[in-house]
Amino acid sequence: MDFLTLLQVLDTSVRLATPLLLACLAGLYSERSGVVDIGLEGKMLAAAFFSAAFAFYSGNAWLGLLAGIGAAMVLALIHGLASVTFRGNQLISGVAINFLAAGMTVLAAQSWFRQGGRTPPLEGAARFNPIELPFAIGPTEAAAVDRPLSQLIAEANPLQQFYSELISGHSILVYLALLTVPATWWLLFRTRFGLRLRAVGENPAAVDTAGVSVVWLRYAAILLCGVLCGVAGAYLSTALQAGFVKDMTAGRGFIALAALIFAKWRPVYALWACLLFGLFQALELRPDIIENVSGIKVQVQLLGALPYILTVVILAGFVGKAIPPRASGEPYIKER
Amino acid sequence: MDKMPKWADIVLIPIISLLLAAFFSALVILAIGENPVEALKLMIDGALMRSAGWGYTLYYATNFIFTGLAVSVAFHARLFNIGGEGQAMVGGLGVALVCLYIPWPHWSLAILGASVGAALFGAAWAYLPAVLQAKRGSHIVITTIMFNFIAAALLNYVLVEWLRPIGAMDPASAKFPGATHLPSFQDMFSTADTPMFRGAPANVTFFLALVACVVVWMLIWKTRLGYEIRAFGQSETAAKYAGISPVRITVIAMLISGALAGMMSVNTTMGESERLILNSTEGAGFIGIAVALMGRNHPFGVLLAAILFGFLYQGGAELALWTSIPRELIVVIQALVILFTGALDNMVRAPLEKVFIALRRRNV
Repeated sequence: MDFLTLLQVLDTSVRLATPLLLACLAGLYSERSGVVDIGLEGKMLAAAFFSAAFAFYSGNAWLGLLAGIGAAMVLALIHGLASVTFRGNQLISGVAINFLAAGMTVLAAQSWFRQGGRTPPLEGAARFNPIELPFAIGPTEAAAVDRPLSQLIAEANPLQQFYSELISGHSILVYLALLTVPATWWLLFRTRFGLRLRAVGENPAAVDTAGVSVVWLRYAAILLCGVLCGVAGAYLSTALQAGFVKDMTAGRGFIALAALIFAKWRPVYALWACLLFGLFQALELRPDIIENVSGIKVQVQLLGALPYILTVVILAGFVGKAIPPRASGEPYIKER
Repeated sequence: MDKMPKWADIVLIPIISLLLAAFFSALVILAIGENPVEALKLMIDGALMRSAGWGYTLYYATNFIFTGLAVSVAFHARLFNIGGEGQAMVGGLGVALVCLYIPWPHWSLAILGASVGAALFGAAWAYLPAVLQAKRGSHIVITTIMFNFIAAALLNYVLVEWLRPIGAMDPASAKFPGATHLPSFQDMFSTADTPMFRGAPANVTFFLALVACVVVWMLIWKTRLGYEIRAFGQSETAAKYAGISPVRITVIAMLISGALAGMMSVNTTMGESERLILNSTEGAGFIGIAVALMGRNHPFGVLLAAILFGFLYQGGAELALWTSIPRELIVVIQALVILFTGALDNMVRAPLEKVFIALRRRNV
């Protein structure tokens, strides 16, 4: 395999890792505060639909993004109502949210657009288009000399290839997602809010004793989770693809959950886990590459299942133990 | 003393939750510009007013009985088996292998063999998550979710690489031999003059599901093992003091749960499609969660809830046929039922408890 093919595979990995990363960090906030969230998938799906629909109506991807975030936050509030206010079963609430999103998106799409549960294709400013970083070879350069872009990149030196192919040319949401990693780290480990948020996931009674509201903190975490799921969903339908199709999240919410366990609930590890799972997804699209490199025919089904298998192995504690926040999944009951 | 009489817990709360779910579903139907009353009429006409409608309703109900029982057996041990979908998929593989590679003389023997195959394969798929939960503390919800996806990949692989007949395009096994075809309700109840259940997929597996309800009821409430499962579910520490091994109960409860989920595929794979197809479960494993929650984990409740969901499924298909309401309406209703009977249980329960306490005070 030559250098350029490697870069192309990595480029696809980054694109596919972005929604995983956003959803994974979303889950990280929620679970760090002690609220288990298996409804990431549903929140992403709802956001994907609403951002595509609003981007289509308004012709503006940013308005679409806002609508997507709004939709995901509404579902997050339902989860908060069920798991914090009414102290219900957080897992069951997550399951309900996934089905609610799966059903409602198709229902709404059919009722608004009548295209069999999809939105019309998005064009131009209704999508988040790739941005070219300075000094990178992109479509503008190719148009200037009137030659195909792939040819120009193939002739460039390796550093320029690396910069143009891998670093440049993503949509703004990709860079935003990457920035969310240090931002999350800073928020969780360097601010008072973060300290309290982590504490409420480990020992809510202690936080309560200190006079800090457990309910408020958990709602804050759940809403942050909604915002990030919203961005993840909007990325799927307005950046990665041009429009919403039924069930377009395709299990990404659960891969993100797997990545979260793989990363042991830490933001920087989450980045690596999501990039790894993104690489698996990229290779699933190009099984010929593995065959060329290793000479072994690898089953695409195996590649697809690999994130799940790895997560089970990690959960089993054979390769480093994954210990969730201590109070996660348990509703907090204030004693009187 | 209990805050509420038992009947309120068993009957009143599920009914209130169901009404809430129905109310929100009606709002959804209104929002997409259709008439909820008309829609309900259409659903009842299509699912309950003709024998063929009942044939579909009971066919779906058969699936939901198995998956509902599967979830509720696990719930009794306070385990949330969300992997019914995967266990049913792998159970389907068991059915296919039994039907394809054993020359059965008659369907009555074949259904026994297929049930054993389905139960063994389904239980095997639940075994690893169970052991990991019991011995290594890996959360069973996460592992069973992962196993659902692994099952889908496995089934895809097996169908494409092994079971697909040479030259066939779609990922499905060969047709099962004629001797394994199960009698449908049409075969059993039609007479020459009055055709009944025409074309409907309901088959003899429905009675197998009824037997499963009775067996599960006996197991949970009339046997020592059932007592141990319930005791473990009520309090793990108390169960430990009583000499009940948590590892043993976790594994056994999950094996039974997986076996029940797997047996669902006798109905779909052997009874309906008569070959193994990629998506034979169609989400029935997840509907088991709603069915178990509504049925309050009691086999009789599960039976009623399964028939209700069978009705919703068949009625939803009729709606999709005659109106602009897509089939996904059922998914929304299912979500609302899970939300109100499961996650928001306290929202319904707390005010009701207050009412009962107030009533009791007045009487005293």
